[in-house]
Amino acid sequence: MEILVCVKRAPDTLENEITVNKDGTNIEQEDLVYSVNEWDNYAVEEAIQIRDKVGGSVTVVTVGDEDAEEVLRREMAMGADNGILISDKAFENSDGKGIASILKAEIEKGKYDLILTGAQADDGAGQIGGMLAAMLDLPYASLVNKIDSEDGKLTIGREIEGGAQEINEIELPCVLSIQTGINEPRYVGIRGIRKVASIEIPVRTASDLGLDTNAVGDAGAKVKKLDYFIPETGDGAEMLTGSQEEIADKLIELLKAKGGMK
Amino acid sequence: MNRQLFAYITHQNGVANDSAFELAAAAKKISADTSVTAIVTGKGEGLTKVCEQASSAFAKVWKIEDDAFAYPNAELIRALILKILPEKSVILLAHDTFGMDLGPGLSIKLNASFISDVVNIEGTDGDALKTVRQEYSGQVSTHISCDIADGAVINIRPGAFKPEEASIGGKIEDKSSEAAGIAAKRKYVKTIEAEVGDVDITKSEVLVSIGRGIEDEDNIEIAQELADAIGADVSCSRPIVDAKWLEKSRQVGTSGQTVKPKVYIALGISGSFQHLGGIKGSPFMVAVNKNANAPIFQVADIGITDDLLDFVPVLTEKIEKL
Amino acid sequence: MESLLIPPANAEFFGMSLKIFGILIPIIGVSLFVYIMFKRILPLMQAQPDFRTDKIGERIMTFLKVGLGQSRHPRFITAGIIHIVIFVGFLILALNSSNLVIVGFIPGFTLPGLSGAVGGVYIALKNIAATLVLFACIIAMIRRGLFTPKRYKVPEKYGHDHTAEAVFVLIIISVLMITDSLFEAAPIIEHLKTGEAKEIIIPGTITWLFVATLKNASQGALQSLYLISYFIHDLVFFFFLCFLPLGKHFHVITGLLNIFLSKLNKGSIKPVKWGISEEQLDNLESFGVKKITDFTWKHILDFYSCADCGRCSDRCPANRVKRPLSPRFISIKARDYIFNEYPLCGANKNRQDKKGDNMLIGDIFEEDEIWSCTTCGACEAECPILIEYIDKIVDLRRAMVDEGMVPQSLQKPLGALNKRGNPYGKLEKKRSAWIKEKDFAAECEVKTLSAKQNADTLYFVDSITSYDDRMILIAQATSKILNAAQIDFGILGKAEKDSGNEVRRFGEEMLFCELKDQNIEAISASGATSIVTSDPHAFNTLKNEYKDIPKAEHISQLILRQLKQNKLTLSPETTGKTYVYHDPCYLGRHNDIYDAPREAIDAIPSIKRVEMTDNCKDKSFCCGGGGLMLFYEPEEETRMGTIRVQMAKEAGANVIVTACPFCMVNIEDAIKTSGLEGEMEVIDLAELIANHIK
Repeated sequence: MEILVCVKRAPDTLENEITVNKDGTNIEQEDLVYSVNEWDNYAVEEAIQIRDKVGGSVTVVTVGDEDAEEVLRREMAMGADNGILISDKAFENSDGKGIASILKAEIEKGKYDLILTGAQADDGAGQIGGMLAAMLDLPYASLVNKIDSEDGKLTIGREIEGGAQEINEIELPCVLSIQTGINEPRYVGIRGIRKVASIEIPVRTASDLGLDTNAVGDAGAKVKKLDYFIPETGDGAEMLTGSQEEIADKLIELLKAKGGMK
Repeated sequence: MNRQLFAYITHQNGVANDSAFELAAAAKKISADTSVTAIVTGKGEGLTKVCEQASSAFAKVWKIEDDAFAYPNAELIRALILKILPEKSVILLAHDTFGMDLGPGLSIKLNASFISDVVNIEGTDGDALKTVRQEYSGQVSTHISCDIADGAVINIRPGAFKPEEASIGGKIEDKSSEAAGIAAKRKYVKTIEAEVGDVDITKSEVLVSIGRGIEDEDNIEIAQELADAIGADVSCSRPIVDAKWLEKSRQVGTSGQTVKPKVYIALGISGSFQHLGGIKGSPFMVAVNKNANAPIFQVADIGITDDLLDFVPVLTEKIEKL
Repeated sequence: MESLLIPPANAEFFGMSLKIFGILIPIIGVSLFVYIMFKRILPLMQAQPDFRTDKIGERIMTFLKVGLGQSRHPRFITAGIIHIVIFVGFLILALNSSNLVIVGFIPGFTLPGLSGAVGGVYIALKNIAATLVLFACIIAMIRRGLFTPKRYKVPEKYGHDHTAEAVFVLIIISVLMITDSLFEAAPIIEHLKTGEAKEIIIPGTITWLFVATLKNASQGALQSLYLISYFIHDLVFFFFLCFLPLGKHFHVITGLLNIFLSKLNKGSIKPVKWGISEEQLDNLESFGVKKITDFTWKHILDFYSCADCGRCSDRCPANRVKRPLSPRFISIKARDYIFNEYPLCGANKNRQDKKGDNMLIGDIFEEDEIWSCTTCGACEAECPILIEYIDKIVDLRRAMVDEGMVPQSLQKPLGALNKRGNPYGKLEKKRSAWIKEKDFAAECEVKTLSAKQNADTLYFVDSITSYDDRMILIAQATSKILNAAQIDFGILGKAEKDSGNEVRRFGEEMLFCELKDQNIEAISASGATSIVTSDPHAFNTLKNEYKDIPKAEHISQLILRQLKQNKLTLSPETTGKTYVYHDPCYLGRHNDIYDAPREAIDAIPSIKRVEMTDNCKDKSFCCGGGGLMLFYEPEEETRMGTIRVQMAKEAGANVIVTACPFCMVNIEDAIKTSGLEGEMEVIDLAELIANHIK
């Protein structure tokens, strides 16, 4: 099976303290460290496991600047066969649709049976997989936490509310967005990455992909981030005082307001 | 400006989900004076009831009944919506596991803009809709401007908008004939329910979390009753698991689960670095602790200095009476 | 003295000379033994290199002390004494047994030097030895067969019980002792009859017993016993020789050699591959032990040498809390696997179709088994023949890391260590936040060292003590002590990375090298001429694994020196509490620092300190492990810390003094979970001393 996994380089909330920069145009970039988006990593592991079972190859692709190459290498160290970096100044500030159309252009140059994305990213909107599927006219399922492959089609589980699993059959080729917990991604150490350090990773630009630069990037974006701000929170706990009854009443009102009560 | 507003309503067992009325509220924030049409799909007796419920908050309800919609398969419903939605409409979906499945692809097919997981709508300026989203598990928020001239699919975070309480008495229109010929390459097979007692606290929106202040295994009941009353799950800190009072899967912390609830009620938890490391996404945190100097009060939003064994039963009783 | 009995080499049986057997038995026996040993050595030849011929002086001393001196044995008193008796007996009897073999074809042969008076004394000594060995064997059989001590039990998952083999060998030894003595006794009786006896018969020996009971036997009967005992001895002797390399009694052959070749540099982990420098590591195809021949030859010799005595597992804290690890079976499983992979007859099918090259993990070892080890070193402190475990565990972990088989619970801290230099993913610039805390900063100034800001002494804080809200108190106490002793000191601040002690021990060698290199650079930029740390894990790796940095010492050593030089004076203890010192593994067992912390505590006037007598110093019981072990989620029935707190309580202490932040985490947790809050408490040595500075 020829599998393509779309991945993204993003700051992991476990390894960063996310704050807003001085002028509120972005998150504070100083001291940020980046990783492969956690959900994407599960998707790559799943692709590798499928390939190891049924044969074929795994290609990882990302849209980003030259730094994004590091996540491709990491996923190749994990076991992906090929990497493709799609990078062009014109792609900056693309909205979700822009990214999806860039990926679509690349995907159409190859022939893939299965396209995986992460279900979401900490800095994203969980939209690329669904958009890509619609653009390619392929069936789609989101939040996939189980994949069984049998001839020509897949049986997949989707994680739905209440910890339940929705089982579907889906025809190949298709696009799936992968939920965390579907597998246990293998560890990639420094050594693994060094082993793939010298592998050539092709870079695709807008012209390579025949993309109209007005349809992507800032120019093509219909959805734009205006600013960043910190959601209001108090500093330190507000201590509730009064009788137990009074405190309980106050707390109930607060819980209602914050969605803590059904 | 003649922009039409729609909302797709999900429902279970003949009852419209709360999100239906939240979508009505959200739609009002886009345009207070535009009448909104609810789209309700399904099969069977409950469907009419759902449509009636929807009609209280929506001016118009389109009812589409067909075997194909007995279970909400996003691929089939996308095809239906494409067929029936007027050009350049704005359609609202709940950002739940169904809305996440449907929204992005639908926006492409409609050639409309897509905004996901909207927590607030600040209004429109011409064709520009200004909304608020969160990033990095809610650590930062962003204002998003979206061009909705060619229509839009807007996914609304469940619980973010106060549900619309109105009795418009909207008109129910049966559009079931539109369902003819709809097919998809993805087929719903079945739903496997979560195992009883196998609570995945990483997915819980509200957690009642207990620590050493619970003192005795039997007292866990006190926390469980509060959790039942507010629809929460019970989690804990490491000592509780070590004492084998709860399963490891319930432990929050660096050596346990990483949770991202909306509301976290810490009962008798001192708030060690290891425990707090397992709580992400800046939930609204309530701490109950005997010790006024417990570090948990530095990070909690609301603090109560009291013995949880005394306070929590009072709280639970009041909630149960509501 | 002429024997009145016909010696075996001259005897005939139905007209056939028995000399033929006297020659054939040794030839066949020795040939078989050489063949078996050749088969056993084969895997060693295919194994990885290991450098074990350095520091000959130290090796000889270890050999004399632990080998010939049997110094580890009395730690388990009954088994220890039995073993020493049999061991010494064997050494003495070996000479006589060799002599006996030759007697089979050269009548009346005596080894040079064994004739005359010396020979007489030797024979007397030998008779005593044979008697004691027989006696020891009988006690051992009773003990092993009837009262089987718990540590010999074989849990079901590790296969069948080993009692039968043990008892069988004891019987063999007994037969050797009996036949040896009978062969000796028969001619004496004949001499006694003729009044020519000049042999010294020690009363109470088996020989004496035979002489006493058989003194009236006919010459014919004695002649038969004489020959029968000889040939039984001859046969059993060579059977025993060839039987040794087939099981746990291989240690009789390999044990002393194993001790001579043992690891000398405690506290450091073996290189990924001996002879390959850090710079060359990138060229290695594979890391760690994946298949059996990825072990070094010495590690395979370890497996051969394991006598299955169970002392390692008896003291292993992981085994005690029922984690899926028992060090004894690491050796036994590997030994059985090698015996199976390299059979004595024919070729192993697995090896031919390369199945023998499969991962040992998943075959004979389990992932959780290998991750369960806290590397506390209790097993190695106990092993009477100095078998190494930590290096093997680390090598197996290196293989798992190389294959990506790392539990999710460890992947996150490893990722954070790689990106941020600490396992918590905290910002680098917050590493020194503890020095700016208002109350502390008012009392004690801490410099942050760099190329521009130097100090004599570098305080290496390490991750947990820098970031953990509780542990920063240790950092602050340490600083106060340095301050009080008027030592010019500073910290590295954000330039400091995790020391990597656990990163290395969890098998992530490359990450360890990166952390180490960054630290070495920062340390040399700081211009410091000495290093002190309050974290024994950091201390261990800085001292034993970092190169080209100033000498590192633990704060307890520095405190003691300052006390002795009167640069620190301590106020008396007034709480009336009873203190007990818990030895951190990386301070005690790995670096032999047992006394400095105790002396420092005792320097506090009127302090009351007790010992956990059976569980202190090199018998200390691990708190649960440090560094990455805090993130790993083992299956276990209880926690090590809980047991440790119980030990302290039983010793009569209210306060556990430790000298390691990880011990603090684990013991503090255990006090809470045991419901002993208010009754027991834990304090770091640095805090205790800082509280008492005048």
